[in-house]
Amino acid sequence: MPSRRGGLATLALPRGAAMNQFVELVVNGVSLGCIDALIALGFVVVFKATRVVNFAYGSLLLLGAYVVGRYHEPLGFAVAVLLAVVVTAAVAIGVGVVLLRRVRLADPGTLAILTLGVDIMLVTELTRRIGTDLLTTGDPWGAEVVTVGSVHIAQTRLAAAAVAVVVVAAFLIALKITDWGVALRASAERPATAALMGVRLSRVASGVWLLAGALAAMAGLFLTAFPSPGISGTVGLAALGAAVPAAVIGGLDSTTGALVGGLAVGLTATLAAGYQDHLAFLGRGFGGVAPYLVMLLVLLARPTGLFGSREVTRV
Amino acid sequence: MSDRLSARSIWLAAWVPVAVLALAAPLSLEGFWLQTGLFAMAAAIGAIGLTLLVGATGQLSLGHAFFVALGAYGYAFLAGPRDGDVAGVGLPAPLAAVGAVALAGAAGAMFSPIAGRLRGIYLGLASLGLVFLGQHILHNAASATGGFNGRDVAPFEVFGFSFTATDPELVILHVPYGGLERLWYLGLLLVVLAYWYARNLLRGRPGRALVGVRDSEVAAAVMGVDVRRYKAAAFTVSSGYAGLAGVLLALAFGRIVPDTFGFVMSIDFLAMIIIGGLGSIAGSVAGAVIVTTLPLVLSHYSDALPFLAQPGESGVGAAEAARLLYGAAVIAVLLFAPGGLAQLLRPSRPSSANQGTWTFDRRRSSPRDQQGASP
Repeated sequence: MPSRRGGLATLALPRGAAMNQFVELVVNGVSLGCIDALIALGFVVVFKATRVVNFAYGSLLLLGAYVVGRYHEPLGFAVAVLLAVVVTAAVAIGVGVVLLRRVRLADPGTLAILTLGVDIMLVTELTRRIGTDLLTTGDPWGAEVVTVGSVHIAQTRLAAAAVAVVVVAAFLIALKITDWGVALRASAERPATAALMGVRLSRVASGVWLLAGALAAMAGLFLTAFPSPGISGTVGLAALGAAVPAAVIGGLDSTTGALVGGLAVGLTATLAAGYQDHLAFLGRGFGGVAPYLVMLLVLLARPTGLFGSREVTRV
Repeated sequence: MSDRLSARSIWLAAWVPVAVLALAAPLSLEGFWLQTGLFAMAAAIGAIGLTLLVGATGQLSLGHAFFVALGAYGYAFLAGPRDGDVAGVGLPAPLAAVGAVALAGAAGAMFSPIAGRLRGIYLGLASLGLVFLGQHILHNAASATGGFNGRDVAPFEVFGFSFTATDPELVILHVPYGGLERLWYLGLLLVVLAYWYARNLLRGRPGRALVGVRDSEVAAAVMGVDVRRYKAAAFTVSSGYAGLAGVLLALAFGRIVPDTFGFVMSIDFLAMIIIGGLGSIAGSVAGAVIVTTLPLVLSHYSDALPFLAQPGESGVGAAEAARLLYGAAVIAVLLFAPGGLAQLLRPSRPSSANQGTWTFDRRRSSPRDQQGASP
């Protein structure tokens, strides 16, 4: 097979170059994985607390990116990001509250499809508003690249990783010690009992949607910043395409799982794209579908993901 | 007895004109409407298949577009000429169509080991993976699929009667019968067959078993239903339906490209069966007609509708209006009529377990119960 010969040929390359490429891919993969983890986290917290699979998440992300892209010139970058977070969180709460009216009756399937309806409308409207404009995020890092040794990485990716680490750490601490975090965990574990103990499920759910919206806005910013080409209507689908495998690999109701899944998806995609010359027999653009293959394999071994709680059926 | 007789005559009185209209339609309809109708027919077949799986058996699938693509590309590949610029097998068209349906069905059966292990939303998300994998394959296996630019589809032909404008030339009541007119009848026949088969399937013993699996796998297993086998069978039959839809779609298009069979198509199929009412076969046909024709008709008449922007103007254009309307319809149906059109049309009749429509709401347990049981 020609492809295999290609693979052997690289092994014959000077070892340093191959190693450098590997390290660079891993570093970039981890930084992309941080963005994916942010995306997956927003997807997972909503599911954990409300049992809603939020298919509108991709369009929320697009909304965040759109607001930044449209208003960073008149308002300045920082204010635009703040505005994006506020707007996206508000829309997310709106979606959550409209859905919440039925949340206690409906099955996850109904709610998931309801969010698909929201997604169709949001994406259509945002795509129309973007039109043929070339929107960029206008972030201060631009196209700068940091070089450490022989490893290159975009500054935006470093910023993304830093923000992701801070946000995730803050979230995990909040989940552990704040009243809201305890309420969230209790209502995810046993909603009926939590409600009887005085936890307001609706308030927990609103908080979760707010968080998801804010995370979506931040992830949207980093997902559309350099080195990606800019803000277009397909960003939403791309984000959903990262969120779904990441969340499923980790287990839909596990926040730890979301982080692990996000890193796994980022690494898989980056490595598969980086070594695509050697994976040529799998076709061009294999990096885009590799996470889905990983997802299917994980599901074969563990039907509820790596950290997901098993479903117990009762008759 | 007389009640049944009158019910039957009402049934006939309702359906005979519909049938006559459907049969006579190609005499007066122009190409645009014929093609729209064919798309709706293909969608109806696929939607019936999906409602068997999602509505009757309770297996959420977001991967329907993958199986539709297998049917479409399977037919194009099997019926394609051997000496074309993309590979083909050169089988006779009916054989190729049967082969394409079998291919899609077999793919469904191959997915069933995964499907059998997964439940609910995990299954839906896993099947979503199929769509993305399918897109990748369609783009990359260019020698068989034509890659990004797609491939031509060989016209249908049976016993020397070709579904094209010539060979033999056909003029009925001064209307020349071209490819679309002829395909119209093939489509009608396939829709009727698909409808009839699905209805009988649901009314019989397998249908009750499938509904049992949907309502409670444990209870169904206790009653002697082989849950795993029935789930696999439901996936296989549903994929076969999708394959048939793909064949008809390919014939109606004449040329197929990968982008047709993406995530959006899977969502569209789900929307059809939800708007129609989950588990209702007639509803899924109605949903298919609405979802398919609405965007086409809106863009066809966009210059006559004052509130729509023309191409190039700013404002909401026809295609966007159709999408917005359609998203709103999905939300409205789920919020206000979870049983879909089927529920709206017969609100008073108590539905038997087997024929009635089903909403996700009616599933055995509320989310709270499920979680209460977890350790």
